[in-house]
Amino acid sequence: MPTQDITYREAIVFALQEEMRRDPTTLIMGEDIGESEGPFKTCQGLMAEFGSARVRDTPIAETGFVGACLGLSLTGYRPIAEIMFADFLGVAFDQIVNGIAKHRFMSGGKVKTPIVIRAIGGAGLRFGAQHSQTAESWMLSVPGLKIICPSNPEQAYLMLKAAIRDDNPVLVLEHKALLSMKGPVPVGTEEVAMPTGPKILREGSDVTIVGSLAMVGRSLAAADLLAADGVSAEVIDIQVLRPLDVTVVAESVKRTNNLIVVEEQAPTGGWSSDVVADVLTQAFDYLDSPPARITLPDHPLPYSPGLEDAMLPSPETIAATAKSLLE
Amino acid sequence: MAARKKSAKPSNQVPDPLTDDDRVELFRSMVGIREFEEQVQRSYLEGLVHGTTHLCNGHEAVSSGVAQALRPDDYVSYTYRGHGHCLARGMDMEAAFAELFGRVDGVCGGIGGSMHLTDIDKGLIGAFGIVGGGLPVAVGAGLSAQLANKEQVSVSFFGDGAANIGAFHESMNIAQVWKLPVLFVCENNLYGEFTRINHTTPYEDLVIRARGYAMEAVQVDGNDVEEVYAAASIAAMRARGGGGPTFIEAKTYRHRGHSRTDPAKYRDPAEVEEWLKRDPITLYRKDLIARGLLDAKAADAIVAELQSEAKAAADRAAASEWPSADQDFMAKTFA
Repeated sequence: MPTQDITYREAIVFALQEEMRRDPTTLIMGEDIGESEGPFKTCQGLMAEFGSARVRDTPIAETGFVGACLGLSLTGYRPIAEIMFADFLGVAFDQIVNGIAKHRFMSGGKVKTPIVIRAIGGAGLRFGAQHSQTAESWMLSVPGLKIICPSNPEQAYLMLKAAIRDDNPVLVLEHKALLSMKGPVPVGTEEVAMPTGPKILREGSDVTIVGSLAMVGRSLAAADLLAADGVSAEVIDIQVLRPLDVTVVAESVKRTNNLIVVEEQAPTGGWSSDVVADVLTQAFDYLDSPPARITLPDHPLPYSPGLEDAMLPSPETIAATAKSLLE
Repeated sequence: MAARKKSAKPSNQVPDPLTDDDRVELFRSMVGIREFEEQVQRSYLEGLVHGTTHLCNGHEAVSSGVAQALRPDDYVSYTYRGHGHCLARGMDMEAAFAELFGRVDGVCGGIGGSMHLTDIDKGLIGAFGIVGGGLPVAVGAGLSAQLANKEQVSVSFFGDGAANIGAFHESMNIAQVWKLPVLFVCENNLYGEFTRINHTTPYEDLVIRARGYAMEAVQVDGNDVEEVYAAASIAAMRARGGGGPTFIEAKTYRHRGHSRTDPAKYRDPAEVEEWLKRDPITLYRKDLIARGLLDAKAADAIVAELQSEAKAAADRAAASEWPSADQDFMAKTFA
């Protein structure tokens, strides 16, 4: 498949555009996504092409329009909701957790709920404590949802397309610090499939580093630093937080014997703990060191640039942690 | 009355006046709901209904009156007190009982339970156990109806308690801004669980809420099935014609407590007595007899017939198998 070099943001736009062309029952709703094309321009050109019936500017009412997605999905449509900042998912929590995630199950499996909720989260742009969360773990404990996290333009494109075609509720967590990231994207891909587990992005033999979203790039940068020092790091993008299947990570650990998980969230209740726990179950005897988790500190994120930067796991921190495991 | 008249003056003519046969059917519909609920209570005492259940005795005129105004392809969403809404739309009694009994022949295979009766083929898109949780979903179904352009409507039943939760306000606002074909039917029975409305809400006439959203609104006697029908059919006609949503406040009363463990002792006995005198089924029976459409014997026969129908349906449901714990639950979680 030929590729185009485009940004993560453009990849999202292409995915939405192609899938909305492909299926007239798709529509997208969100705040300022129509004429304004989204505060992050993730809906660029959509209203011009598909009109205001299928590209809908909503009131600032996440409970209302996310809940409306369930009603649409039950009656023949495939709605997509854009949550401008992932932090705003909290406003729609009940609709997602008690409604969208459970409706099919409670019906005895008789209804389908094809819903995509895209939420743009993450730190690094100095937005402060209420506009910088990845929200990865907020819905992690909720059966009935799929949660996927694209870490580069190609993934943003392929994963979103697959999510839109999926007959189930899918939470697509995007990262605002990645929106301008460029990379090769197979625009125009016809066949897509939902990712089912982690993906190895860089092979290595000394240590396995697992990350999501912006932490994947930092892990890859850490691998470069480690390579310069003669350490071979394998980097894995967790990609799918729900359902979580760490088999690929466990198999990697069986080769490298060391594990680091990097998560852009506070240390308690996040997915990195699940990864470590499940890898311990599957590969305990292969570990040469205690698995390490690198997370945000256990307080909200500060605003000031130097402070925010200091909180985020850096390639240097990741590399130093790797070396400490190998000592 | 806080109904707000807008420039396009809505018609106050009921588009499809009730025939005498319709009237008798409405009576049957209400009696069917009542007898179902009475049987639920008996079955509960026999240990067949698990957890909790929320009976709608006293609300029958709202369920039946609104259902009469709907087409088969309309969408209806409701609450944990939703048995009546389902039966009025034609849910099979046996499948409903079997669901309440947690059996495999339940309308949701015993997975949903009393609070989650869903029957998508009858437009019964879902029961919501979280107060107010169904309103945004009804808005979505209303948007679906508007986009499909087939003159369908989406009805949301909810109680007075829901009028104080955010989902209600977001839904009312979106529906009005987008002129969606939604009927917001508020069953104002004066109690949010155990607490009387005057302790939770600055006024008892919730129709006032619609004013803030510039929405057409009407307050009806929710114990008068023909008044409910008239309001719902006018609202549905307006919605089908692109005239947007309507808020219908139906004043009614919960004959029983909030749920099965609640004796409702917090209510003033005089208030209860007053409302029981206004039992919607008793009122309509008198009305139909006065109009010569039924006599006491025929009315009694309808009650007896539906009572035995409910009993027989419950008996058949009780004979249904328990669902297997070995079934593929993931396939019921994800399509």
